[in-house]
Amino acid sequence: MNAPAKVSDRLSATGTANALELRNVSKYFGALAALEDINITVRPGERRAVLGSNGAGKTTLFNCVTGDFLATTGNIRFFGEDISEFPPHERIRRGLRRTYQISLLFTGLSVRDNIYLSCVGVSRRRFSFLRPRRDDALMAAADNLVDVVHLTDDRDTLVSNLSYGQQRQLEIAMALAGAPRFILFDEPAAGLSPTERRELVDILNGLPGHMGYIIIEHDMDVALRVAESVTMMHNGRIFKEGKPAEIEEDPEVQALYLGGDDG
Amino acid sequence: MALIENTPAAIDAVERRSLFERIPAAYWLVGFVLLVMPTFASPFVLFQIFGWTFILGIIALSLMFLGGYGGMVSLAQMTFAGSAGYMLAIFGPSAITDISMNWPWYIAIPLALALAVLFGTLTGWLAVRTAGIYTIMITLAIAAAFFYFTRQNYTIFNGFSGFNGVLPPKLFGVDWRGSTAFYYLTLFWATLCYFAVLYLSRSPFGLALQGVRDNQRRMSALGYNANAHRVAAYAFAALLAGIGGILLTWQSAQISPGTAGIGPAIDILVIAVIGGLRHPVGAFIGAFIYVILKTFALDALVAVGLSGERFQLLIGLGFLVIVFWSPDGILGLWAKWRDSRGKDPLRDRGGDTP
Repeated sequence: MNAPAKVSDRLSATGTANALELRNVSKYFGALAALEDINITVRPGERRAVLGSNGAGKTTLFNCVTGDFLATTGNIRFFGEDISEFPPHERIRRGLRRTYQISLLFTGLSVRDNIYLSCVGVSRRRFSFLRPRRDDALMAAADNLVDVVHLTDDRDTLVSNLSYGQQRQLEIAMALAGAPRFILFDEPAAGLSPTERRELVDILNGLPGHMGYIIIEHDMDVALRVAESVTMMHNGRIFKEGKPAEIEEDPEVQALYLGGDDG
Repeated sequence: MALIENTPAAIDAVERRSLFERIPAAYWLVGFVLLVMPTFASPFVLFQIFGWTFILGIIALSLMFLGGYGGMVSLAQMTFAGSAGYMLAIFGPSAITDISMNWPWYIAIPLALALAVLFGTLTGWLAVRTAGIYTIMITLAIAAAFFYFTRQNYTIFNGFSGFNGVLPPKLFGVDWRGSTAFYYLTLFWATLCYFAVLYLSRSPFGLALQGVRDNQRRMSALGYNANAHRVAAYAFAALLAGIGGILLTWQSAQISPGTAGIGPAIDILVIAVIGGLRHPVGAFIGAFIYVILKTFALDALVAVGLSGERFQLLIGLGFLVIVFWSPDGILGLWAKWRDSRGKDPLRDRGGDTP
């Protein structure tokens, strides 16, 4: 297939296809089924929360979508394109982003350099031997993202000197680099103070409308304020899907959340 | 006032001045001493000590680039250098007229460097699939294979004796193997390679390479193809090693299997580690120490009444002492000393200071 046809295919796919579509995705680690027969459909611009107890398979789900692990079976479509066999960097270059539960940052670099590195990663300057000029567009984009996640005052601070909450904010900025189409947030609110949580909710609600995401969140309050639909997972399977209010009032979900792990 | 200071011209002026001022005094001093060296140093010191230091420094710098910024320890750097030297002897002039093609330097040198880069890229392509000790094993295997292949192949590599009479071109009417000319030639290339690595370390490519070293998974999640960056690093390092290899061949006017044998391959690792992998200057410090030891260890042993044949022992001991005291090499020692000097003894005593 020649290149122009491919681009138009992809463009039309963007208009009509779902942002993310998982069909019968399973992941086995030896005999252990971390994910079993997962089917999820997320529309472009949709904001979805994934809830579930520890070990429900939420992070494994993210790892399969981003390609950190290859799914054992099933296929994954991103804006209509089958990405099941792609290596992680190819998926990222198509507009998919993620954050990590445990911050994975470059602690020896400044806040701005971390974000700059994320901007360069999805640009054509990845292999550039030339240092950025002062009016470099990617550097300007990095500066802009520093403001978006409220780190303006710490732009030149070394990441190792940031507070935990600020590191989480930086994680988000790195996921926002290079105009993403869809983002996976892995427990961005974990370990944050109530003030920092409010700030996080502000940042997420301030994202442009076309930017859909899936957020893993234990805190129902945060999840309900930033998501329009909810998927409940349990033991590697999807257990319930629906609007936040329905999920909250569902007796089975309440039993699962309040009554321990017997549900 | 603030308005005036913020005009682009004013900012430019400030940055231009600070660029000049930002170059540390040590750079000016070292640069000056190196430039005027031929006025007082003997030909032996210029050609044998400093010429050799700069050449081995360039080859060790290629390992420092791979190891320090890329986290990959390669034992094949001397092999890349040797392959460039061999290609130069094959395509350019040498005393082995049956094999050497005697092409002009402006074809032979670029061709030799290009083939060394190709060799480095292929080696990198193999080696980046592994990590740690396995990378060392693969590159060691390639170094060993190159050594035995060149020793046994007579049609291209002229086997055991290799090539002699490999001389630099008489460009601009200068005899580049004359001690002063050769000194400036090697100084020029060492300086160029040093600043190229320094500059590259802060370019997108260099930053990404360090990112891959620190956290490959994270870099993949930012859209970087980690292995492609590693292979590119091998290619660039092979270019540096190739430059060193050509200069090395000119210095001894010959290239033979022993030039790129297992011993020299390990020597490059020793040089890089003695100097320290944290900064490009370490490669040259390591090379200087190595050359001094290699040149004078024999005399030193004879002077204290021992057999001169044991000079390797002294080199080994020197290596052991440095690595024992500072796993980070000379640069590590320097950092330690600077830290301890920077400490205020009064403030270090804790809460009871006035």
